[in-house]
Amino acid sequence: MDLATILQVLDTTVRLATPLLFACLAGLFSERAGIVDIGLEGKMLAAAFLSAAIAAVTGSVWIGLSAGIVGALSMSAIHGLASITFRGNQLISGVAINFLAQGLTVVIAQSWFNQGGRTPALAGGARFHSITLPGAEALREVPVLGPIYYELISGHSILVYVALLCVPLSWWVLQRTRFGLRLRAVGENPAAVDTAGVSVERLRYAAVMICGVLTGFAGAYLATGLQAGFVRDMTAGRGYIALAALIFAKWRPWAALWATLLFGFLQALSLRPDVLEGVLRIDVSSQLLDALPYILTVVILAGFVGRAIPPRAGGEPYVKER
Amino acid sequence: MADAAPAIELKGISKSFGPVQANKDISFKVMPGTIHGIIGENGAGKSTLMSILYGFYKADAGEITIHGTPIDITDSQTAIRAGIGMVFQHFKLVPNFTVLENVVLGAEDSGLLRPSLARARRELKALAEEYELNVDPDAVVEDIGVGMQQRVEILKALYRQADILILDEPTGVLTPAEADHLFRILGNLKDQGKTVILITHKLREIMEATDAVSVMRRGEMIETVTTAGTNPTELAELMVGRTVLLQVDKTPATPGAPVLQVSDLKVEHDGVARVKGVSFEVRAGEILGIAGVAGNGQSELLEVLGGYRPATGRATVNGVDLPLSGRGADGRSRRDAGIAHVPEDRQSEGLVMEFAAWENVGFGYHHTDRYSRGTLMDHAALKADCAAKMERFDVRPPNPNLLAKNFSGGNQQKIVVAREMECDPDLLLVGQPTRGVDIGAIEFIHQQIVALRDAGKAVLLVSVELDEILSLSDRVAVMFDGRIMGERQASETNERELGLLMAGITDTDAPHSEAEIEANLARRSASAEKEA
Repeated sequence: MDLATILQVLDTTVRLATPLLFACLAGLFSERAGIVDIGLEGKMLAAAFLSAAIAAVTGSVWIGLSAGIVGALSMSAIHGLASITFRGNQLISGVAINFLAQGLTVVIAQSWFNQGGRTPALAGGARFHSITLPGAEALREVPVLGPIYYELISGHSILVYVALLCVPLSWWVLQRTRFGLRLRAVGENPAAVDTAGVSVERLRYAAVMICGVLTGFAGAYLATGLQAGFVRDMTAGRGYIALAALIFAKWRPWAALWATLLFGFLQALSLRPDVLEGVLRIDVSSQLLDALPYILTVVILAGFVGRAIPPRAGGEPYVKER
Repeated sequence: MADAAPAIELKGISKSFGPVQANKDISFKVMPGTIHGIIGENGAGKSTLMSILYGFYKADAGEITIHGTPIDITDSQTAIRAGIGMVFQHFKLVPNFTVLENVVLGAEDSGLLRPSLARARRELKALAEEYELNVDPDAVVEDIGVGMQQRVEILKALYRQADILILDEPTGVLTPAEADHLFRILGNLKDQGKTVILITHKLREIMEATDAVSVMRRGEMIETVTTAGTNPTELAELMVGRTVLLQVDKTPATPGAPVLQVSDLKVEHDGVARVKGVSFEVRAGEILGIAGVAGNGQSELLEVLGGYRPATGRATVNGVDLPLSGRGADGRSRRDAGIAHVPEDRQSEGLVMEFAAWENVGFGYHHTDRYSRGTLMDHAALKADCAAKMERFDVRPPNPNLLAKNFSGGNQQKIVVAREMECDPDLLLVGQPTRGVDIGAIEFIHQQIVALRDAGKAVLLVSVELDEILSLSDRVAVMFDGRIMGERQASETNERELGLLMAGITDTDAPHSEAEIEANLARRSASAEKEA
């Protein structure tokens, strides 16, 4: 196997890991604040649809992206209202959001565009295109490092770089700022935050809204970066995979990067059965390859990978004790 | 001092939760630079009143004045700014944060943490020197003991410039040595001119630590007196509203034949020996008290005898072997063998909190003829029996349909005690019978235990309260590190002797320094932690 093939697979890995990374970080902020979010999938789906639809109508991917974020934010607001203000069950609220998004996107897409629940194919300014980093062309001929820079590091859509930047940024916010300290505290022992005179509700809403923005990016990237338009159920379980990655990463940003890259790599492999066959020298069923990320998800969610201690107050509505 | 404005003055504070009036028209003053006790039974409204002072609840009516200035405490932030700090009964710490992070949380100087943490580190050092409040700032809270965690809570309050410190039942979770340390800290705080409010239901703490004491009963403030001018008997009377016996009234025991005989009983848990071979017997008509600091194997011993923890060794009741593991080592077989068990933790072992009182009264006995008709449970019989038990044991409110969690601690315990005692056992196992139970109920439960003994039954009592052991038991065995260190006749021993045995020191006649005892205890707790 040559360098070019490896780079191709890795390049695909990065592209496929990006929506997972956005969603995983989204879940990270929400869950570190004690709000379990099984509705990542639905939020991504809503964002994917709205970003593609608005980009198609306006011809501007940036307006599309904004619309996607607004869509995911409104889903987050529902989740926040149900689980923070009304102290409902967070799992039920999340599942409801998934169903809502699954149904609404297709229905509205059909009524707006009449293309069988799709949005029109996006082109030109209505899509995120890959950008070439400075010097990539010039360095292309340098052995080994040149292709790595040109193929792997350069040539992605802007959102890929945004996602990667979100990793250190999330770490910094959580570990180095007042907001981060309080956010982590509210996911572990909200009573400690409350007795310190800080609003538990406001902190949790903030976390849920950050989650909304990040899932907005994830969805928009799916529909306007990775692909050129919305199709029904295009998230294909990525919200759940992101949750599995989050557990795998033990709710830490840097680990979330490695976990989502692992899932991205498995997805990339399933697109290139020839590579694996070349390495293993056996026939690998492509169905099995397609299923790999999901199998790993099940394994992780079933708790086979080490002991992951979730934030202690996760899933528990905060009620002042008497 | 008498001329100064009170540190706190409350006028006409009232607070209701739905139909329950927790505080009724409460007025009282706390003078600055004093330790002021607030005493009252569970549910008297002490904690509610303090939560109002801390802005956790809003009073329905009334005025609060701090150092002569009227103030409207709408939230905790206002209370903190007014110089009020609170140490809750259940600590409000983030378990996986460091001490420093916990101290800083909510009192950060700016958006970035680093400068706040640096300042807190400096201040903590100064506070530690001033008040004997030594805590490692970088220790993670879940790794340190409860005594240390409590110091973190006090540091949190002092870091927020608290000048009035409220402590809610602070000694409930502490060992006697830790409690002494706490009272030294409170004394230091007072010497520095701070005002301390100590909420407790323990008369001894009030007498030892406070300058003045306010007594609450059923949501009302009964009286405020100077500690020097009162005594425990008077305070107990004010608390309960009638004369109470602080000493158990009992005649010498007349022990009969041995009922429970235990020899070389060993318990292992996760590969760690918890009970390392104990042997003893309990005779009919006597109470054997097992004393010891919590975590020295007493709980495991009770669980083995209760039938829900496997062990090796031998135990017999009335000469019949009790299976200690495998088949027959279960609660029902134990009950069939004539053993009743009031477990240590009523909330997790004694009751199902979400079930009604009448359902709880049947647990463990639901299969008996008394409560069943064929394969069905006889609800009417259960309810009638529950009502009768509630009457006999003075459970309040006497409502069989109320969920267990809605009774106060003392009344929950009475339900458990009623269930276990009224099935006419030969042997009663009792663990911590009065933990978190108010004085009136303590008196009652103690009387019931003694009455059972006088009826010729054997009682095995496990308690970490030395007072309780001394006043109830006929004989006392002391456990330390999974072994029985010695047995004494209750009438021939004292707190000092038992205290030494509890620290693992068996030559109780020789003199021992406080440092030696603490060192022995610390060695034990260090090895216990390593094991855990």
